[in-house]
Amino acid sequence: MTQSLETAAHPERLRRVAIDPVSRVEGHGKVTLLLDAQGNVRQARLHIVEFRGFEKFIEGRPYWEVPVMVQRLCGICPVSHHLAASKALDRVVGAMPVTPSADKIRRLMHYGQVMQSNALHFFHLSSPDLLFGFDSEVNRRNIVGVAAAHPDIAKKGVLLRKYGQEVIRATAGKRVHGTGSVPGGMNKHVSAADRELLLRDARQMTDWAQDAVDIARTLHAQNPALYDHFGAFPSNMLSLVRADGALDLYDGVIRARDAGGAILFDGASDQGYLDLIEEEVKPWSYMKFPFLKSLGREHGWYRVGPLARLQNCDFIPSPRAEAARREFLDWGQGRPIHASLAYHWARMIEVLHCMEVITGLLDDPDILSGELMATGPRRRSGIGVIEAPRGTLIHHYEVGDNDLVTMCNLIVSTTHNNQAMNEAVRSVAREYIDGHELTEGLLNHIEVAIRAYDPCLSCATHALGKMPLELELLDADGRLIDRARKSGEGVFARGLHALEGGA
Amino acid sequence: MIRPVLVLGWGNRSRGDDALGPLCVDRLRDEMAGRADIEFLDDYQLMVEHVLDLHGRRCVLLVDASLGCAPPFETLALRAAADGSISSHSLSPQALLQLYFELHDEDAPPCTLLAIRGEQFELGAAPGAAALAHLDAALVWARRWLARTAVEHA
Repeated sequence: MTQSLETAAHPERLRRVAIDPVSRVEGHGKVTLLLDAQGNVRQARLHIVEFRGFEKFIEGRPYWEVPVMVQRLCGICPVSHHLAASKALDRVVGAMPVTPSADKIRRLMHYGQVMQSNALHFFHLSSPDLLFGFDSEVNRRNIVGVAAAHPDIAKKGVLLRKYGQEVIRATAGKRVHGTGSVPGGMNKHVSAADRELLLRDARQMTDWAQDAVDIARTLHAQNPALYDHFGAFPSNMLSLVRADGALDLYDGVIRARDAGGAILFDGASDQGYLDLIEEEVKPWSYMKFPFLKSLGREHGWYRVGPLARLQNCDFIPSPRAEAARREFLDWGQGRPIHASLAYHWARMIEVLHCMEVITGLLDDPDILSGELMATGPRRRSGIGVIEAPRGTLIHHYEVGDNDLVTMCNLIVSTTHNNQAMNEAVRSVAREYIDGHELTEGLLNHIEVAIRAYDPCLSCATHALGKMPLELELLDADGRLIDRARKSGEGVFARGLHALEGGA
Repeated sequence: MIRPVLVLGWGNRSRGDDALGPLCVDRLRDEMAGRADIEFLDDYQLMVEHVLDLHGRRCVLLVDASLGCAPPFETLALRAAADGSISSHSLSPQALLQLYFELHDEDAPPCTLLAIRGEQFELGAAPGAAALAHLDAALVWARRWLARTAVEHA
């Protein structure tokens, strides 16, 4: 697990290239490359400014407001924060466990969330790169371009995401920023009408999810040289698993494996995450770098998310997704799969699993009736861990006697994958940028690597050829010697004079 | 049963004048509760999935706050365009129509954009007095537009 290219020996002698997207929604991501006189990459870093100030917003607020407030953390995965906060605060109100109805409705909500978010990630954000090529025409790299060339794929993607959004609406009350889950349980059942509506399309959606798995698998089979090597590097992997080792996205114990697939620890309570994980601060990034305490800073970083989850668990407890997982594992020929683009294949297997789980839960009468709230002895703190679409999500709160939150600590999926995304950027920079003339297509290779992990950075969320990027090349004395810019409309221009006066 | 007329407004109710779209839909929904031929929808942003809401409609009114239009409001008969506005969270109405065309291999139903002039979009702010006056003016136009849709298809 090399961390080479993180810090150059003599950065003052190198040219600096900054890929600096403009933030609009999710935060601000920036890639900087340091090049030597021959154009070889000597240092590559992904800097992320997460909205960490959010924890301070939470402190001082009444605990019952928190599951609604934290949804503003993320525009793509608000439900994950809604549920992680609820799980943490269940402990504060003594609801251990919540009632069967509350547990099942929350699970339904969560699997709908993972499904819609994974569909967005693959179809809307990543499929244009995968279907057309990383350096294909910029204006084509979006869902409209996919719809024009592959209308069947685009339609299935849009309808799959819509279905997930409808599951969220039926359980949370609204497609965005619902209020269904509360500390101690749920505040509403699923209506019989919504259940019928969702059941009507469940079989079709499951079949389309299977088609999506087939698309991802076919992409790998058609170009194994690319898919097996692009952004590939060994790493540890971490996720929740059910007590029996099954994949579970809503609840479980923490398990970690090393890069060779051997278990590092297993069955660890999520309440003890601070005993397992430590966060390192590096001076060049606003986001922390988590690592496994047992392995230390240099060797303890890890991946989270679909690629980790599917290889960390022992099995998926639904038949079609488990069959797809076995086929996925066979691709690795007995070795763990560490290729970044394999995230997409794993992501689609999760969509299939989500549809199987959703279908089963819709048939469960407990979602229509039954006790919704549980109570018990009050506690001063609670930790909630959930597998969000991009990976493990940790919410930790302490609450005073006056019901106000006194401490909040959040470790989001993006943070867990910080080092892994940096490694992916370095791998791609080394492979594709090194010694080459910079073009928009080459820059998109770096975006593709980041996007495989996470579309929740501004640099990935607003990408798809629409992300404003600017590169400045400086000589060893810091003088600007070249500049390239891709506008928000996808127009690529290069040269000092051509860009003068540009916005 | 799909209702033949759709009124879809979007905007963040917590960001000052960005609330104009949903507020317009609220008012029209309340006033026209008896119109069984109209469906009213509101959302935070116009998104790719709204392409599904256009299908099977006779006509569509899209409502959004705008910094670029002249006060108090402007209307526009929309045409499909691949304008590069698509992101994970939003796209332009023109791009939505283009997506509809690509998915269905036919033009979207006639869509009219009602752009209501907004001035300030600060997080946590309420809509300003000027914006609310623009909304009142826009509502007069919207009522006439919706009345005409009923007459034309009586």
